[in-house]
Amino acid sequence: MLKRYGRQTVLFNSPVGIMATASVVGPKEGQGPLAAYFDQIEADPMFGTESWEKAESKFAETAAEMAAKKADTAIGDFEYIIAGDLLNQSTGSIFGLRNTNAPYLGIFGACSAMGEGMSLGGMLIDGGFAQKVICLASSHFCSAEKQFRFPLEFGSQRPPTSSWTVTGSAAVALGGTTGGPSVMGCTTGKMVDMGVTDANNMGAAMAGAAADTIVAHLTDTGRSTDYYDKIITGDLGYIGQELLLALVKKKGYDITHKHIDCGIEIFDKNTQDTLAGGSGCACSGVTFAGYFYDKMKRGELNKILFVPTGALMSPTSVQQGESIPGIAHAVVIENA
Amino acid sequence: MNIGTSKKEYDKMVKQASPNSRIGANCVRAFLVGGAICVFGQGLSSIFMAMGADKDMAGTLVAVALIFLAILVTGLGKYDDLVTFAGAGASVPITGFANAVAAPAIEFKKEGYIMGVGAKMFLIAGPVIVYGTLASMVVGLIYYFVR
Repeated sequence: MLKRYGRQTVLFNSPVGIMATASVVGPKEGQGPLAAYFDQIEADPMFGTESWEKAESKFAETAAEMAAKKADTAIGDFEYIIAGDLLNQSTGSIFGLRNTNAPYLGIFGACSAMGEGMSLGGMLIDGGFAQKVICLASSHFCSAEKQFRFPLEFGSQRPPTSSWTVTGSAAVALGGTTGGPSVMGCTTGKMVDMGVTDANNMGAAMAGAAADTIVAHLTDTGRSTDYYDKIITGDLGYIGQELLLALVKKKGYDITHKHIDCGIEIFDKNTQDTLAGGSGCACSGVTFAGYFYDKMKRGELNKILFVPTGALMSPTSVQQGESIPGIAHAVVIENA
Repeated sequence: MNIGTSKKEYDKMVKQASPNSRIGANCVRAFLVGGAICVFGQGLSSIFMAMGADKDMAGTLVAVALIFLAILVTGLGKYDDLVTFAGAGASVPITGFANAVAAPAIEFKKEGYIMGVGAKMFLIAGPVIVYGTLASMVVGLIYYFVR
């Protein structure tokens, strides 16, 4: 039986259980409002290594090992590890996971990596191609600054529209029929280019994609927004949230009271000077793996639409004047 | 793709949703910190001249001292905080230029002394040097013919 609904959505035959999640974050995230929900807060942004890139890999490695351990499975026994990050040639994922001895699929969806990974992992399991899959995403403020902006010690003022890359890594172990929070399906996003060329306003670049995917999901499934307890985007931040709500409203849906953005939740903008909010692959990753997974386990949330968002650009594309396409992948997570 | 909003319409929405930089406060901070750096430089100049340096030598010594201090503060990881607060007040003086050279040198040391430090040191300052030199050539030419 075809499990496809509408143009972009698949719903699984049976729930794909989330066996365990792991969230490892840096010091700034550890001072933020969600600190109590993270598994590990690493005080040293260098994580005992000698470069930002190696540090990011260490975050990824630590999260992967922790998720495997919590799932009571040796990491090499997972049939797939699906991982994504922001660095050139997936430097963060590759060098963190090279010793896992598990089949590896590297993905790139910018900051939507966790959504893309959980969609693919869910489909692999529901399709009968695997029983246990780890989905992982990582980002690091310092390695992202180095690659996309300026060297860390270079002085420059950030515009109020810019976001703050989250340092950390999240891993989600899928498989088994454990009951509790489970992946039920997903809506794969299309690239949506709203013509934004300002790399310091990624919330604006991604809001169109988030709106498109959320509307597509509701249309494809015929569900109303009431179906979900919360609709959770990845890293739109304050500006992106305002734009998303307006765009969705134009399409006839009001998600004002359902919407939460991980980039808004993870930092306190008044005390942490994070401007438009948090961003990066780890932003939606650790906020789900830490905060929302916990809320679901406790039964405070039962049905969520988790929509990590990504700004698809490189320093080269921005310098050549290209606009920034956004992407957003929706994952349906329910207490089964 | 059609989500019911044209790029032009969206551009308007983005402008409306995006807060502007606080230009007033930034100008005051830039004036205070930039001014303080200049006063400090002037103080150094007076000290060097009191020690017997002539005006040209004192100017050179001031530049050397300010560059040294800016690189030291960059190495201690504090110069970027100063610019975050003071903006152009801390990036336009010679100290800002020193920071722009020292910061990439520190950042790219991990990639080695040749392809890292050597190749990337002028990543930010390079354009300033290139177009500064070009501009001075143009001005020189004009001066030559108009004089």
